Amino acid sequence: MIFLELMNDYFFEWEKIIDFKYLKLLKSKNELKDLDVAFVDGAISTFKEEDKLKEIRKKSKKLVAIGSCAVNGSPSNQRNFFSEDTKREIKVILDNFGHRDKVSALNEIVTVDDYVPGCPMEESKFLEVLNKYLKEFKVV
Amino acid sequence: MHEDFEISIEGLSKIEGHASLDVKVRKGKVESVKLKISENKRFYTQAIRGKQFQTVPQLVSRICGTCSIAHLTCCTEAVEKALGIKPSEQTVLLRKLMAYGMMIRDHAMHLYLFSLPDVLGKDSVLDFDEREHELVHHAFEVKKAGNDLSKLIGGRAIHPPYAQIGQFSRLPDKNETKQVIDELKKIRSHIFELVRIFYECPFTFRKKTRFVALTTEDFSFLEGVIKSSQGLMIPEAHYWEHLHRVILPYSQAAGFEFEGKDFMVGALARLNLNREKLHKETRRDLSKYIRMFPSENIYHNNLAQAIEIMHCIDHSIEILESSDFKKETKKEGKIKEGKGIGVIEAPRGTLYYAIDLDKQGKILYGNLVIPTAQNQIKMENDIRTLVAKNLDKDKSVIQSEIEKLIRAYDPCMTCATHFLKVNWI
Repeated sequence: MIFLELMNDYFFEWEKIIDFKYLKLLKSKNELKDLDVAFVDGAISTFKEEDKLKEIRKKSKKLVAIGSCAVNGSPSNQRNFFSEDTKREIKVILDNFGHRDKVSALNEIVTVDDYVPGCPMEESKFLEVLNKYLKEFKVV
Repeated sequence: MHEDFEISIEGLSKIEGHASLDVKVRKGKVESVKLKISENKRFYTQAIRGKQFQTVPQLVSRICGTCSIAHLTCCTEAVEKALGIKPSEQTVLLRKLMAYGMMIRDHAMHLYLFSLPDVLGKDSVLDFDEREHELVHHAFEVKKAGNDLSKLIGGRAIHPPYAQIGQFSRLPDKNETKQVIDELKKIRSHIFELVRIFYECPFTFRKKTRFVALTTEDFSFLEGVIKSSQGLMIPEAHYWEHLHRVILPYSQAAGFEFEGKDFMVGALARLNLNREKLHKETRRDLSKYIRMFPSENIYHNNLAQAIEIMHCIDHSIEILESSDFKKETKKEGKIKEGKGIGVIEAPRGTLYYAIDLDKQGKILYGNLVIPTAQNQIKMENDIRTLVAKNLDKDKSVIQSEIEKLIRAYDPCMTCATHFLKVNWI
């Protein structure tokens, strides 16, 4: 969401220099391939998400975790800390929809190159990381 | 005419959160429609159990990025009712302003960035041509004004820190208030154009529909009586008794029926049931468009959202120009056992929170019903009708019509999967 809010100020700048390959929030035709940088939000709860994250990693030169859930798993990982009773209560859902035993931050599964922490993510840090990669990939 | 076919849309785009859809047609009949919310459960209902009441509104705010203010405000109301805290008039006014900021931003996101590409026949706002580019400027200016209004009141547009149980911990700065008023006045002209676009949009899907909304005296989304299009008037505390939870084994979220039937909540329901309470300036300037209501055309949900943006601007300007906010003492209640129910109108419709506290102020039980769960069954039934009417068309055409219709509902999948009941297997 903060990314969309940042667009209030930066859309016209980014539109010229960034090729948004995969952005379901704004496009229906998306292609997950040859990414320079992937910005990934959210924690990993299902096996399907784990596979998707690995696929993103494979197809991106750099991967950045954005937001608290992606960076350290919290608060999406609150089920990791449930009592045994509560864990039993939710087990049927977890089994039915292909959830892993625990919810993980991205770096528990793949290599993460950069982090933008915060809930919501810290805007200035996001811009710092984005600008770093724009330079590194010689876009600016 | 196609006799047998299937449509599978994996990962619907330009909506909030993740969902997919399966439609099965056999012998020229729609056999099943499954709108599967694939956003993960995060078990907030369990997670808040045993937590001290002060921490809970900010925690549930994390259920949703885009309407975090709605979750925060509604849960705060439930906790305050459980503790017998009555917020001051000033606090209520500030909450209205903060909610208006959210509505402006959230509706603008949906209308300009998700729905407008459908109207203009483009895949994305990123593909808009020179002429359409002006609308993109409008999009971000309107979103920013909403954002800045919520920020002025709550300290941040997402998970706002100043909004607390019984008070706002800081009051809006006078200079910033002036700037926000100017910003709101500036975007007002953009909204005329937005309203016109959705008024002229030829998309139509009409169906007899039951509408439900919290109807407030000043159309401020936060307090009032729940009204239905069949004429029921329900006090907030009794809303749950009229809802029936329907388990959808293929989806990570449950659906709801109202009085045993499918129904719709959201901007269209609010305009249909309460349009005479819109701000007087909005009614004066948009009378031609408001006359379209009551409407059973689902696409008028978008027109209703555009009109609501104007109302939020007009009422916010009036409140900001006429109020002199002063420091107040925080309203506190004695910690005690109790039950509280909060109901507000979130951008996508009626939001319900029930909170039970034990005598130490810890959460014994929490329950919430979000708008998208209330619209889920109706969305599926509408898709069924839509497909049945278009069986002679190309599969790709049917698919894009389905996506367009779902988008008109403005569903929020992130919200939909906060909780579960385990007795469904």
